[in-house]
Amino acid sequence: MNALPWTIYLSFAGALLALVAGARSTTAARWIALATVVAAGLVALHAARDFVPGPGVQTLTNIGWISEMGIRYHLAADGISLTLVVLTGLAATAGILFSWNIEERAGEFFALFLTLIGGVYGVFLSADAFVFFVFYEIAIVPKYFLIAKWGSTNREYGAMKLVLYSFGGSALVLAGLLWAYAAGGAHSFALGDLAATAAHLSRGEQHAMFALVFLGFAILAGLFPFHTWAPTGHVAAPTAASMLLAGVVMKLGAYGCLRIAMPLFPAGLAFWQPAIAWLAIAGIIYAGLVALVQEDFKFVIGYSSVSHMGFVLLGLAAANSQAVSGAVLQMFSHGIIAGLLFAVVGRMVYDRTHTRRLEELRRLPLHRAMPFAALTFVLGGLASMGMPGFSGFPAELTILIGTWKTSPLWATFAAAGVLVAAAFTLRVIQVSFFGATDAADSPARTVRSPGDGGSGTHHGFAPITWAERAGAMLLIAATVYIGLKPDVLLNWIGPALQSPAFQAVLKGGGP
Amino acid sequence: MTPDYPALLHALLPEASLVLGALILLGLDLVPGRGRTDAKRMRTSATLGLVALAAAVYHSIDAGRGGVAFAGVLILDSLALGTRVGVLGLAALTLLLMPGGSRIRNPAEYVAVVLFATAGFTLMAVAQQLLLAYLALELASLSLYVLAGFDKTRPESAEAALKYFLLGGISAAFLLFGFSLLYGLTGSIAFPDIARHLGGHEPNPLLIVALVMVLVAFGFKAAAAPFHLWAPDVYQGAPTASAALIASASKLAGFTLFVRLLWSGLAPAAGSAASMEGAPGWLPVVAIIAAVSLLLGNLGALAQSNVRRLLAYSAIAHAGALLLGVMAAGSAGPAPLFYYAATYGLATVGAFGVISVVERAGPCQQITDLAGLHRRSPLLAGCLLVFMLSLAGIPPLAGFFGKFAVFAAALKIGGLAGPIGWLAVLAIFLSAVALYYYLIVLKQALVAAPADGAPHIAVPLTSAAALAIAAALLLVLGVFPSLVLRIVQ
Repeated sequence: MNALPWTIYLSFAGALLALVAGARSTTAARWIALATVVAAGLVALHAARDFVPGPGVQTLTNIGWISEMGIRYHLAADGISLTLVVLTGLAATAGILFSWNIEERAGEFFALFLTLIGGVYGVFLSADAFVFFVFYEIAIVPKYFLIAKWGSTNREYGAMKLVLYSFGGSALVLAGLLWAYAAGGAHSFALGDLAATAAHLSRGEQHAMFALVFLGFAILAGLFPFHTWAPTGHVAAPTAASMLLAGVVMKLGAYGCLRIAMPLFPAGLAFWQPAIAWLAIAGIIYAGLVALVQEDFKFVIGYSSVSHMGFVLLGLAAANSQAVSGAVLQMFSHGIIAGLLFAVVGRMVYDRTHTRRLEELRRLPLHRAMPFAALTFVLGGLASMGMPGFSGFPAELTILIGTWKTSPLWATFAAAGVLVAAAFTLRVIQVSFFGATDAADSPARTVRSPGDGGSGTHHGFAPITWAERAGAMLLIAATVYIGLKPDVLLNWIGPALQSPAFQAVLKGGGP
Repeated sequence: MTPDYPALLHALLPEASLVLGALILLGLDLVPGRGRTDAKRMRTSATLGLVALAAAVYHSIDAGRGGVAFAGVLILDSLALGTRVGVLGLAALTLLLMPGGSRIRNPAEYVAVVLFATAGFTLMAVAQQLLLAYLALELASLSLYVLAGFDKTRPESAEAALKYFLLGGISAAFLLFGFSLLYGLTGSIAFPDIARHLGGHEPNPLLIVALVMVLVAFGFKAAAAPFHLWAPDVYQGAPTASAALIASASKLAGFTLFVRLLWSGLAPAAGSAASMEGAPGWLPVVAIIAAVSLLLGNLGALAQSNVRRLLAYSAIAHAGALLLGVMAAGSAGPAPLFYYAATYGLATVGAFGVISVVERAGPCQQITDLAGLHRRSPLLAGCLLVFMLSLAGIPPLAGFFGKFAVFAAALKIGGLAGPIGWLAVLAIFLSAVALYYYLIVLKQALVAAPADGAPHIAVPLTSAAALAIAAALLLVLGVFPSLVLRIVQ
């Protein structure tokens, strides 16, 4: 357990190494990056093996830092952070495997990637609001360069929009936190101290502070109507960055809502609960419907991310133990599944066909040209739809049951969202991979990607590489494993929610 | 009472070393330096200048924190010590960047004027009396006018100097007028006596006039809106090293003097920050200047295509945030303000340093002139990344903690009940706007491809060292802000 902070330090050290090595050899940078994420992932898994679930966080490091302002470098973990740390390890490893084909300025690419990952680990392990915020902002800037340099469609616009939304959100969070710190009079940024002093503030102040902090984080979690950065950003990003954005970065927002906004200002949550729930439901359904009519393969996945993150926000808004457990499980599940889908779309398909237009993909016999990609996408799609046997099913089911306990009406509307998700997922599977009913039917056309010259390839596409296979199998294994044994994670999450900090916010509905 | 001259000398040894250094340097350049090449003279001058600065640092630390000296004319406290060391360090970085930057003719004279300006800055740090404050400010300002117009080959430089001189001269007149009114009202020129006298008397309409005069003058010096109009032209036209000095060390010294004058001299006339009602004072006026600077600086920077003008508008925005620190210094002490000003100076010197090295290979005015810097010189691109992100306030760089500390101190004054709290929130939101224009610069430097035929840039060793020191300091001070806070607290 106590080794968990090394996930952060390893990532930053790896970033530096990759930067230095990348100036000479792309291969070296790649292997350094892979070794780093695997090492960090193993640290996380090792900690998970020893983990004894219990209420409250277990301190990992707690040393004085900026005594003038009462700031301590305090890292801690509970079942919720551990779940997300494991998710980060998996998503980062897959992300590196799917960026194996990065050639241009590879050292810098992997350095930015690992910096982002280090920041993400730091956020999930912070127990002090200042430390949390520092890591949160460290994770923002690399996104800009990853997208603006290595991205595709409209990349500079997408990158800037995404970063400004993130930074705008973090400005809201900063304003709310500083206000709570100053008004409460606590000489500390420890979450417990902030919560204790915030409880003495007036109702109005608590409502306003909650609104600032929650909204700031929820923007990054894709809360409707502040979600528009997500599809454009995801589409513009290079594959590995899309995987990380949808897979872990959006979770940073949801995690901030759960870890900071809700325990600090319980009165605020009670006040804003209906508004958040309805915005989340609107997001689920609206983004699902938009995904249904997209013509760009990646936009479908981008909007589906917003829709699935709506479930997370709904689970948080429902504010009972079961719904929140489901929300955390959904964070894990969506992190894996979104990574898988973006990997297929961005790396396996787009890098070979150089088109993401469904109309053009429809005419390519992709299921025959890339059976592995087709299989991966079908499995990912099923998981995304919430098929039993994949992680999406227990996650969304838990959220819906938990939400029902708070408000049957919300649960009913959200369940409609599940149907929409099934519709857009099935449509895109059908159109993209199985559009050409028969090879003879498909019009003869030259495939634009020459691949590696045609030898050993089907239909002129380069074969799926070992790195892609390994990354895809890792993610599929994770979603199936959690789909079959969701208790592994629920047994971590449930006790964590029994801590006094969470019990002040959550009511009833034990798992 | 006979004046204690040995104590005065001891307290002013830093200034003495600077002036002595400047004179020696001029003499040396005059006699043996005549026949040498410009590059050699530059190297000798910069080295001698650095020696003088090092001596000044030694004597500043030696002078210590003895408190009031020479019958209350000077004050040697932790803020004075920190500011002296800070401005000397920033001046040293400027000198270190000179040999590797764009060519300057008559380098010895240039370095000598830089040393005179620095002597003005260090005097501003210790002044606790209207007369000395004015003299120090004008010594610094006059030297800076000369530095702004030093490049005689470019008309822009002359234009910058003229504009700077005219507006600076007007502001000096305002300041002197304000000071004379203060003297007339209180019968004293020492800050503590002024405060004592103001505390015991009803507010006087003349006092308002005096306060407005002083605030207008400092607004000009600090390039705070609406007195900022000189800044973009000066930053654009002045030689790069001069612009760096104007933007960094002069800001730090100016804000130290300002906060000292306002809180130790004019605190009874502060008025109420919590509301606009009650006794009038300077706090509401400073709040308005800060708000206008924040808005105008950040929104103005969005429209810039010239990187120096962009830095000027960013300086105006930062002046707004620094004024927030000035207002908060009454309750939180000057530490957040000092930290902010010092680290802002570091980042700005660094940014101008990068520009000055790029200038060796071609003009560096437009943001697009930085295109493809990562290919032309990875070191410069990496340093620029650090400086820009620090200016934008991204952790773990020092700019972030500066903002954090200043905003926290400002919010501590009554939360969102008073205008200062709202100003802090405004500043926080505008920092998201600011990130946009800093990223625009970084996009050119790190993402865009170099223009056709843009040569590789060889970074001279001295410049590389100066930039690396500045970048490393920003990182170290950002991670361990207590190093600075502890000195000034």
